[in-house]
Amino acid sequence: MTDKSDPPGKPPKGAGLEEARLRQQAIGVKLRHMFDEVVNEPVPDEFLDILRRADERSSGGDGA
Amino acid sequence: MSGASSPPPKPPSADDDAFKRELVALIPHLRAFARTLTGDPTAADDLAQDAMMKAWDARASYQMGTNMKAWTFMILRNQFYSEKRRSWRQTQLDQEAAERTLVAVDDPESPVALDELRLALATLPEEQREALILVGAGGFAYEEAAAICQCAVGTVKSRVSRARKALQATLEKGGYARDGRAAGDAMRSILAAADRLSSVRQG
Repeated sequence: MTDKSDPPGKPPKGAGLEEARLRQQAIGVKLRHMFDEVVNEPVPDEFLDILRRADERSSGGDGA
Repeated sequence: MSGASSPPPKPPSADDDAFKRELVALIPHLRAFARTLTGDPTAADDLAQDAMMKAWDARASYQMGTNMKAWTFMILRNQFYSEKRRSWRQTQLDQEAAERTLVAVDDPESPVALDELRLALATLPEEQREALILVGAGGFAYEEAAAICQCAVGTVKSRVSRARKALQATLEKGGYARDGRAAGDAMRSILAAADRLSSVRQG
């Protein structure tokens, strides 16, 4: 589209590979973004509560 | 199992504190990995909590200073597959989660490209999806991903490669149907969105 030097309807050799590389790169960026979106969510309190209770149990801190 | 036979409670150690700090720092990553495995936020948090507790209980067998992220991811993955084997209902849950995602996509304000990617990911075979997520999103080396999946490095490489090809083909040719829209639109919106994201990162 943007490459004016190529005859219309006939992409130059290698353009397909370059386009595929760009698409893979875009998918990669999107994939990381999708994952990072969850990583950046605040952690629900439940997680820390569960871990704290387990820690107290294992150290005998809750006076069993 | 009974209280009488369990080892006596030990005093809180510096090792336990260090382990706990590292484990807490990994919770966001465990949640993200669980989300990609289950596709459902609630099931994912249950899974991540189970994995966190399994890691805590097994802390004596963890060598401080080694890769705790890979170790906890392996625990989470094993937990996921053993639960899945125990219960056929998990498959139903996945299906329901996928349907909820489809409904959510109808919101005109939702970031379309991301949802298209999620749907395309869902069409991949499980072992390809997890390999691609670990390497392509989780930031693991092939060797680490192989340790997490307990398979050969070459197997991970080929799974990631096949996953990438299949994902691209799905997004371009429409391996799934939705709203009668051409799936080529998905690739275009992903290209555009990735463009925006990478310029934000570089800027």
